[in-house]
Amino acid sequence: MSPRLDSRISEKTSTSEVTGGLWSDVWKRFRRNPIALAGFYVVCFLALIALFADFLANDKPYYLDYRGNTYFPIFRSYLVGIGVSRWPPELVNVDFKKLSGARAIFPLNPYRPSNINLLEPLEPPSSKHWFGTDKLGRDVASGMIHGSRISLSIGFVAVGIAVIIGVVLGAVAGYFGSWVDLAVSRVFEIMLSIPTFFLLITVAALLPPSIFLTMAIIGMTSWVGIARFTRNEFLRIRNLDYVTSAVALGVTDRKVMFKHILPNALAPVIVSVVLGIAGAILVESSLSFLGIGVPAELVTWGSILHEASTTTFAWWLAVFPGFAIFITVLAYYLVGEGLREVLDPRLRGLR
Amino acid sequence: MGSYLVQRLLLLIPTFIGVTLIGFLVMHLAPGDPAELRAAGGLGGAREGVISRNKQGGVDEALVQWRKQYGLDRPIPVQYAVWLTNLATLNFGDSFKDNQSVWKKISERIPVTVKLNVLSILLVYVVAIPLGIYSATHPNTVGDQITTLVAFVLFAVPLIWAATMAIVFICGGDFLYLFPPAGLESLEYSSNWPLWMKFKDQVWHLFLPVVLLSYDGFAGLSRYMRASMLEVMGQDFVQMARAKGLAERVVIFKHVLRNSLIPQVTILASILPALIGGSVIIETIFSIPGLGQLGYESVLARDYPTVLALFTVSAVLTLLGILISDLLLAVVDPRIAFGRRQQ
Repeated sequence: MSPRLDSRISEKTSTSEVTGGLWSDVWKRFRRNPIALAGFYVVCFLALIALFADFLANDKPYYLDYRGNTYFPIFRSYLVGIGVSRWPPELVNVDFKKLSGARAIFPLNPYRPSNINLLEPLEPPSSKHWFGTDKLGRDVASGMIHGSRISLSIGFVAVGIAVIIGVVLGAVAGYFGSWVDLAVSRVFEIMLSIPTFFLLITVAALLPPSIFLTMAIIGMTSWVGIARFTRNEFLRIRNLDYVTSAVALGVTDRKVMFKHILPNALAPVIVSVVLGIAGAILVESSLSFLGIGVPAELVTWGSILHEASTTTFAWWLAVFPGFAIFITVLAYYLVGEGLREVLDPRLRGLR
Repeated sequence: MGSYLVQRLLLLIPTFIGVTLIGFLVMHLAPGDPAELRAAGGLGGAREGVISRNKQGGVDEALVQWRKQYGLDRPIPVQYAVWLTNLATLNFGDSFKDNQSVWKKISERIPVTVKLNVLSILLVYVVAIPLGIYSATHPNTVGDQITTLVAFVLFAVPLIWAATMAIVFICGGDFLYLFPPAGLESLEYSSNWPLWMKFKDQVWHLFLPVVLLSYDGFAGLSRYMRASMLEVMGQDFVQMARAKGLAERVVIFKHVLRNSLIPQVTILASILPALIGGSVIIETIFSIPGLGQLGYESVLARDYPTVLALFTVSAVLTLLGILISDLLLAVVDPRIAFGRRQQ
């Protein structure tokens, strides 16, 4: 989007609301748009899957009755993970499915993405493996359920980093104006002319593979949109009377910027944040597709798709993970568009 | 207009320096310096254990020599200055991988990528502008809503998914064989073929990559076009045109369309970087010998001179795209050249 369009679009937002505050009003109007609301529910559903991935797909049972003792292995693995508890000796490194004389209740999908089974490579979807298996016999459905964690967390953290950089730079440029604005706008232009994806694969390939580095790199290359929105909003609000009076009262610059202006400038930023999450998820999946950034042993939506592009008969490796990325991205786009319509009075007349 | 052009060109200089400086610094982020990487043949990088211990002495000597030869023993600002001066003569150095001139490798591939991207941009405009006109002239009808929805859904389809699905289902796997899965010309291609056969072969090979590169642009551009036309339609001069009895066709195509095309020019600048990113994916998947594929291979091989050169070339292409769209905008809308100073 061009800067000229941005500034015109965001001209009339965030006028003061008399009843119930801006956000309850936003939610009220957002609810009236069924498509955006559907997107919102999908976003919540995906977040729940990511949150409860361990309970949806796991090679450990929820409940285990073994040699007279009762265990809750999935819960226990969390306690072991934080060092509060330990596995009893008879359960260390065992395959819970092969314990003799045990009664156990497994999750519907009794696999972890790391469970390699070389006896069942590239099986098509069946009742045993809903979405088939990959070259190493790993369950694709399980890989996708746990992959949602990687995708969503990278999306959120990367955008979080982008928001911090973008809002601070945009606020400084818009608030101080003159040469500061000119200098920061040059930085925006530099970031816009950098072939971002190329920079991304270069940096990600140079550094050791790691989820955290991938988050940081995506965040540091995707803040320009947010920064420009923030700058335009600050440019506009800085000249309003209430800001002038705050400055006249001797409120410090930092307080004026972040306490008085920022809350009123957030509306258009929110939209680009929601769209940014979708963008970061897309970038992450493209990176794992190219085998860059995320460690090779981790199963992600992108890495399953990559396998599909080399073993072309295994259609299930292409259809399901790609659809997962598509639905996620679409849901975030729908929420973003819904928010844009609600937050931007200019669009109300058009619809 | 003249002073605007000069102003734009002058502003390009710090941008260009900034972009190349970032690229240059990123290359120096990498563990190990280029000499060590070269010693390891580019591949694998300067990881421990690549070079056996008893040969280490000889290698160390060679490293010192190489560092001197390539000026790597000098401070980074000096190295950057030297690199910039070499850039003026298109001297990007030699590839670590095969010691070929980097510029030669790149210039061989530029036409392929430019052809792909220009065709994609054309396709985006040819499809999206009429869609936008249709949506704007039939606002809030079923047709408008379907157009908007389809464009929007297409926008959300990940490129890697679309490309993989194409490879699996219609490129001669176990399913259909409608399009070739790789390359830009058939194996039996010969320069003796009659023109129409060459053309047919080209279309057959280019169709999928170009469509895949452009489909996500339809949504953005058609929606901007729709919004822009609706905005112009609401203005007084359009009412005036209607009031004096002009045919609706004339109103739409002569008065509204011309005015609403103006902002669409700037979209070009934002499509370009996305296309370059898309080329990396598409050219890698379809084995097309373009800049994107070269970039991906060079990144994996840690072939720094090539990576840095490609980075610079694509940044220059993007900068040119932004410059051209700004100038076009100033040509069609003279207010821009004057108004910018007041911002």
